[in-house]
Amino acid sequence: MPAALLLPAALGLLFLVLPLVGLLVRTPWSTLPHRLAEPEVLTALRLSLQTATLATLFCLLLGVPLAWLLARVEFPGRRVVRALVTVPLVLPPVVGGVALLLVFGRRGLLGGWLDATFGITLPFSTAGVVLAEAFVAMPFLIIAVEGALRGADTRYEEAAATLGAGRWSAFTRVTLPLVAPGIAAGAVLCWARALGEFGATITFAGNFPGRTQTMPLAVYLALETDLEAAIVLSLLLLAVSVAILASLRDRWITAP
Amino acid sequence: MRARRFRTTLAALTVLAVLCLPGCGSGGETASPPPAGDGARITGDVTVFAAASLAESFTRLGRDFEAAHPGVRVSFSFAGSSALANQINQGAPADVFAAAAPANMKTVTDAGNGDGTPATFARNQLVIAVPEGNPGGLTGLADLTRPGVKVALCAEQVPCGAAARRVLTAAGVRVTPVTLERDVKAALSKLRLGEVDAALVYRTDVRAAGGDVDGVEFPESAGAAYEYPIVLLSDAPNVRAGRAFVDLVLSAAGLAVLTAAGFQAP
Repeated sequence: MPAALLLPAALGLLFLVLPLVGLLVRTPWSTLPHRLAEPEVLTALRLSLQTATLATLFCLLLGVPLAWLLARVEFPGRRVVRALVTVPLVLPPVVGGVALLLVFGRRGLLGGWLDATFGITLPFSTAGVVLAEAFVAMPFLIIAVEGALRGADTRYEEAAATLGAGRWSAFTRVTLPLVAPGIAAGAVLCWARALGEFGATITFAGNFPGRTQTMPLAVYLALETDLEAAIVLSLLLLAVSVAILASLRDRWITAP
Repeated sequence: MRARRFRTTLAALTVLAVLCLPGCGSGGETASPPPAGDGARITGDVTVFAAASLAESFTRLGRDFEAAHPGVRVSFSFAGSSALANQINQGAPADVFAAAAPANMKTVTDAGNGDGTPATFARNQLVIAVPEGNPGGLTGLADLTRPGVKVALCAEQVPCGAAARRVLTAAGVRVTPVTLERDVKAALSKLRLGEVDAALVYRTDVRAAGGDVDGVEFPESAGAAYEYPIVLLSDAPNVRAGRAFVDLVLSAAGLAVLTAAGFQAP
């Protein structure tokens, strides 16, 4: 193994892991069980897991077709669309939250109409949390799926077409299974990003325990008064997400 | 050839400049030690950590300070008092700390990071912030419980939230807010964006928001007025300038700026 690769690789790992060590060093292990058993903690954790999962489903529903469009269909302005898709990656999440308010808020471009027509108000609601998380996380899914689609061999789809499959059935029965690992990887990235989302959520959906207070928001507010409580909450979020991601990775993402 | 000579000259100049950095310019002054006290010339940068609600008035005071002491640069970090207190205790390089509540100051002084006893320089009261012209016709705390009135409060972990809680408890008014915001500016921005009908914020924040927000005063707020303490930090990199800035805040001129922003005298 060449040392020229191994050394920076080890340094990279260290760089990523050291902050975690910092958290573990300051963890108040003796009061840990007591702190974890507090009902607000479990409420925030449950809300986080629910909203991140719903946001991922939302992203799959809209993001996979969009990735397909970008990878498979030639149309004018495709480069621009591809750049637009990555806007939420570049935008500071707080700005993303304000932008969402300007569209879906009470006085927003669509918000007033949504409220008047369907009685839907998104700010300060759990649905608003899902929306904010999806906005920030969707690019991760789209980029991963588009990459997988570009890497996939189109001859399978062509073969399916010559055998009489329509475009839809070729997509669902040939293309989707072909890029399933890419979709899974994208969904995992998307879910992880949604789980850690803070800025857009607190700006668009506000902060109220049980309704919109996810774990990152609870961590932020705990940090205001109690460093140790914040560390405990961060560790819990970290442990749960790593456990879920590790189990999924073994099951879904391992390449054959 | 010419380019090369130019580069050589440039390199020589750079070396000179670097060598010069510590010594040049102050040659005349190093002959005798600068006198201590008010007569001493204040130099360098001064870093002030101040509560978010002080942003407008302290920025103004910083400009006054720079005008009075040419060559001095004041830089501010405005954030929630508790976040600032944490940063100071973790070793952030600041000269002065001004908090929105004695509790956050205590975090810093208990850790031994304050130089001397903090001084109270202002007080701030809660008001009900409403959109310009008060379209909902809110007149007091009880109106916040009206159905259909969306209220933003600060989270209890930050001073404005703790104050709101105290006021509401003392008044026996049960308000169900739609959101508990992370700081007073965030609560106010929800109001300005039209997402809520009212927010309990400091009077100074309403003043700073300008025309699009009105403040409704209510008598119960007097009981929860917050004292703003300021202190020179014991690890201050620029002690003299830091002390001078604290003196400015505590002076009559400082109080004038603060009261113009809606603060009350301590």
